[in-house]
This record gives sequence, C-alpha cells and structure tokens, in this order.
Amino acid sequence: MSAPSIFWLTLFFVVPTMLVVAISFHAAAPDGGIGKEWTLHTWRSISNPNYPAIIWRTLWISAATTVGCVILALPCAFAIARMDKKWRAFMAGLIMLPFWTSFVVRVFAWRLLLHPEGFVKHLLLAMRLTQPDTQLLYNSGAILLVSIYSFLPFAIMPIYAAAEKFDFSLLEAARDLGARSFLAFRKVFLPGIRRGVISAILMVFIPSVGSYVIPDLVGGKNSELIGNKIYQRTFPDRNLPHASALSALMAFAVLIPLALVAAALKRQDRKEALRLADGNPVKQRGGAA
Amino acid sequence: MPSDFLVFENVTKRFGSLTAVDAVSLNIKKGEFFSLLGPSGCGKTTLLRMLGGFEAPDSGRIYLDGVDITDLPPNLRRVHTIFQNYALFPNMTVWDNIAFSLRVARYPKTEIRKNVDVMLELIKMADHAYKYPSQISGGQKQRVAIARALVDRPQVLLLDEPLAALDLKLRQHMLLELDIIHDQVGITFVYVTHDQGEAMSLSDRIAVMNRGHIEQLDPPAKIYEAPLSGFVAAFIGDTNFLEGTVTEIDGDYCKLAVAGFPNILCFNDKNISVGSPVHLSVRPEKIRVTPTPPPADKDPRINVFRCKVTDIVYQGTYTKYWVQTDSHRISAIKPHSRFLLDQDAITWGDEVYCWWHPDDGYMLEHFTAADADLVQMPPAGYSLPKTPAAQPSPAAS
Repeated sequence: MSAPSIFWLTLFFVVPTMLVVAISFHAAAPDGGIGKEWTLHTWRSISNPNYPAIIWRTLWISAATTVGCVILALPCAFAIARMDKKWRAFMAGLIMLPFWTSFVVRVFAWRLLLHPEGFVKHLLLAMRLTQPDTQLLYNSGAILLVSIYSFLPFAIMPIYAAAEKFDFSLLEAARDLGARSFLAFRKVFLPGIRRGVISAILMVFIPSVGSYVIPDLVGGKNSELIGNKIYQRTFPDRNLPHASALSALMAFAVLIPLALVAAALKRQDRKEALRLADGNPVKQRGGAA
Repeated sequence: MPSDFLVFENVTKRFGSLTAVDAVSLNIKKGEFFSLLGPSGCGKTTLLRMLGGFEAPDSGRIYLDGVDITDLPPNLRRVHTIFQNYALFPNMTVWDNIAFSLRVARYPKTEIRKNVDVMLELIKMADHAYKYPSQISGGQKQRVAIARALVDRPQVLLLDEPLAALDLKLRQHMLLELDIIHDQVGITFVYVTHDQGEAMSLSDRIAVMNRGHIEQLDPPAKIYEAPLSGFVAAFIGDTNFLEGTVTEIDGDYCKLAVAGFPNILCFNDKNISVGSPVHLSVRPEKIRVTPTPPPADKDPRINVFRCKVTDIVYQGTYTKYWVQTDSHRISAIKPHSRFLLDQDAITWGDEVYCWWHPDDGYMLEHFTAADADLVQMPPAGYSLPKTPAAQPSPAAS
C-alpha cells in the first residue's frame, strides 16, 4: 500500500473507528453528550440477552439477503452478458433505474404494496395463496423481501461486469465435451466469474447488516435489527456510548465473515501465483470432479 | 436411411435475410480426413457448428452412423470440437482439462487416469500435466485441446481453423502432427479452414464452399488440377482465365478463339460443340516465360504468344511474372533452379515468349464474372503525378 492510501484509510477509517470504540468506554452524559470518565458500564449493559438475538437475526437476514440477491443476480447477469452489445448498456441502465428514486420512497412503496388492503395481498388472496388474516408486513419476511429488492442491483452489477469478460466459448466447449447446461454453468461459468460473485457478496452483505430504514418501515416489533437499535440509542435516547458499543459489536460481526472471505481469496491468490510461476507446477489433482 | 457415416441431407441455415448454408448435401466416410474450405462467410463454420449441435438447421437432416442427430443437443452427440481459440478451461490444469469429458460421463477413476495418461503420452505433454493453460505455449494449448477432444474417442472430431492462431513454423509442424494423430486414432476428422495449403496437405477430400453451397467436392489433386468452376480455380492457388468460343473440335482437342490471341489449343473433356463459349483456366506455373521461342523439338501443339513483362515479384523459391498481351494480363511462375545458371534474366519491359501445353489448360464448367476478381493481379499500372524537380536547397551546397 502506498503512503497516500495509508493516510486516507487512517484518516477516514481507522481514526473514526477508534473514536467509536473509545466513546463506548465513556459514560453517557445526561445532556446527551459524552462524559469525561472512563467506564465499562456500557459494555456491561450490552450483555443483555436481547442483543445476541438481535445480532443473530441481523446476521441471518443479511446472509439470506445476500444468498437471495446472488441467486437472482446470476441468471440476470448471465442473460445480459449474452445480449447484443447495444442491448447490454440499455439493460444495465434499466437495472440502475431505481436509483433515480429516493431509497426511502421505494421502501415506503413496499408498505403500500404489502399493506393488508394492498395490491400484493389482494393478488395473493385471489390466487388463494394466502389467508385473509395473514400479515404480510411488519415481520422478518417483509424485511428479507424488501432487502433483496433493494440490494439486487449491487449484486447484478459486479457479476455482470465479470460475466461480460467471460469467454462464452468455454461454455460451448463444456457442452461439446458432454456436460449438460447446468453442469457447464457450474463447472466453467461460476469459476470464471468467481471474483464478481465475491464482490457481489460483499456489496450486499455489508450494507444489509447496517440497514435500518428497511426494518424500520416494513419490520415489526419482533423483527428489529441491530441498525434500528443503534438508531434508537443515537437519536431518541441520546446515549452515544451505548450506540458506539453496538456499532463496535456490529463491526466485529461483519469483520469475522469478511476475514473468512479474505483468507479464502488469499489462498486462491497464492495458488494463482504458483500457477503463474514458470516451471513450478502445482502438484495436486482435483478441481473438476 | 443414408448409408454413409456422416450425412448432411439438404441442410439449410439462415441468419435473418442471409442464407449461410444453402441446401447442402454431403457424405463423409468413416475415418476420413475431410476439409471444408472456403473464404470467410462461405458457410463452412456454420456447417461445422450444426454438426457440433451449436446451431440448428432451418431445414434438412444430419445423420451420424445412421442415426438422425439433427435435434440432439451438443452434449448428447459423440462429436467433439477443437475451437479456434482452443477454449481450454483456465481454472483447470492440463490434466483436468483432458479428463473433463471422462469425468462428466462418470468414468471410473482408474479408467480416467489410464486414458488421460495415454493422451498425454500421445501429445507428448506428460511433463506439463499439472500446468494451467496460462502457463503453456500456443502450440501446447493446441495439443491439449486435441487431447481433450479425443480422450473419450468421439465418432467425429471437428476442427475449426485450429491452426489460425499459430505462427507459420508452428503451423507447419502442427500440420504434420495432426496428420500423425489422425493416422493413429483413426477417427473421422472434419476440418474447417480458409487456408488452401492446410486443406491440400491434410485432406483425403475437400469440399470447396462458396456462398453457402459446395462448389466442388474432390480429392486435393483433382480440386487443383481439374476445377469445376472459376471460383474453385481462382480460390485454390492462382490462375489465368481466358474467355473464348470453340472454333474447331479435333479429337481430344479443340481450338478456341480468344480475343487478342492466336488460336488456342486446349484439351477437351467437356461436352461442347463448335460455337460454344468456354472459359479456360491456365495455372501460372504451367506457363513458361522465355526470352526466346520454345525449342523446335517441343510438341508443335504448344500455345505460344509474344508479350511484354510488366511486373515481377521475387518470392524466394520462385519469381512471378505478369506479362501483357494486347488484351490480357497473364501471370506466370518460374522457379529458381540453379544459382546463376538459369536462362537469361528477364526484366521489366522485356519482350518475351509465353507458352503452355494444351493439356495444361483446363476448361471450366461454371464461371461468373466475380470469379475473375479472385485472381491475383497487380494494380493496372500507376501513373505517378509528375512532381517538379526538387529545388536545390541552399544548405546542401
């Protein structure tokens, strides 16, 4: 890493993070500010059994959102990458189109759709797919649905960028050698766009862990996420140390899966480096099964 | 049911308004090295892709070993393709690439190992088995692609311009290697190329294609020596076209009146009569260019005419001359046989004699005006703009 990027990261990432962690070890001042004295009081109150449940819910909804987005993004990106060049830019534009509307407005629109008198409810009732008293809003399912809707473009774009560079004659070669379409997709296409998929995972997982607008608008009392708690501590409660402690906790919750991904990438890179080192073939059999 | 091994029956394929393959019927024998030769856009690759299962014909059927494979997807055909860019899987080693089809077909592990090792031996790549495609050279990639396509012994191997990406020396080497591999495995090869040299040196038979149909299907020597059409004559090698009418038929020979030439004698193997218009193809290497008339002891039937040398292109093993008669530009080739001992040197502007034996001219059955454009011809003389004499610059003196 070069000096400017270290400076940049230190100024805008390391220092603010340290500040947040530091604040969590101060007491809350009654006026909403931060007390001078150091204390472990906040961290002790966080061991409240409510929090692990909320963090767990945050993680699984984020993970499910990520999986849902990637699964939907793969065929979508594949289809766009196979289109004519002139259509590709148009389709990519369509995918970015929702960003022309405010995020909050788009989430709010889902409240109208999922409302007990809303369009989706009526449609499902007409198709006899739901009961009249089933609540579509204010639960984890609603959060998941709206999260997938909101973050899908962030999954499609990196996967599409990778798929566009993919050599599709490799898929023909796999088919030619006897692989069914899906096997060719799995054995040749997925490894080929691996980096795009990893970017998509990060681009969806990280913001969805921190999201609070979606659970606030379409979630219910029993489906709060960590983002809502941080919001509550920061604004209505004016308890900045508590909000900081929760933020630090969430940061660790994100860092652990991230570290796992990074380690996996590093292992892959080492293999690739070996692969490129001439006369030093990788002595292992495997890969395709 | 067609009896040949691989049969195209009236196959047509259109892309929008373009008819890429136009009612092609074709029989290929088992074990044959068969080439589809033609300029780009002639439909040869489309024909190959229909055989591989990547394109579906609009009409017509394709049979392989008596089975109609027209509607089978690529993975259910025992037909493998060598792609122009090799299409090796970059995320797999050479070994895994070759093993791909066997693994997909769920061969037992020991069987896979045995077969892959045999192929590695055949292509002499055993030392590189665990390298990735990015680590090996173009020629090696080519060999891996061949091994990968042959390892599960397909019924037909399709080769789509497989040597196009290699440099000249490597291409010549791979030609020999392909020939050896074909002899060893005995699998039917269908080879697509626009390079007549490749097709000539490898094939048992060649189908010359043009604009979606087959112009001629014959062994290489027959394609070259006895072209059916002007297109074949001009596309394969180089030639001179002479257009005339028959004035006299005398046994195996006939006399032609060609504008600007004395009577031209020509071997006649076609069904013609006096007065028929004919097109004659005479290959440049059949024509002699000499400063003196042909010796008196030569066959008196030889066609001789006087002309003037307008262009000379030195090509190493031979020199190509373009000569001008009153009405035609004719090209002729003279090999350099002995250093300094060749006949008197011929140079630009010389008045020379051109002559060829009547048996070396070949009458064409089909000729279109467009065929004449395929003949190599230097631009018909530049007229350089007259530049005023350079002013002597003061610095030079």
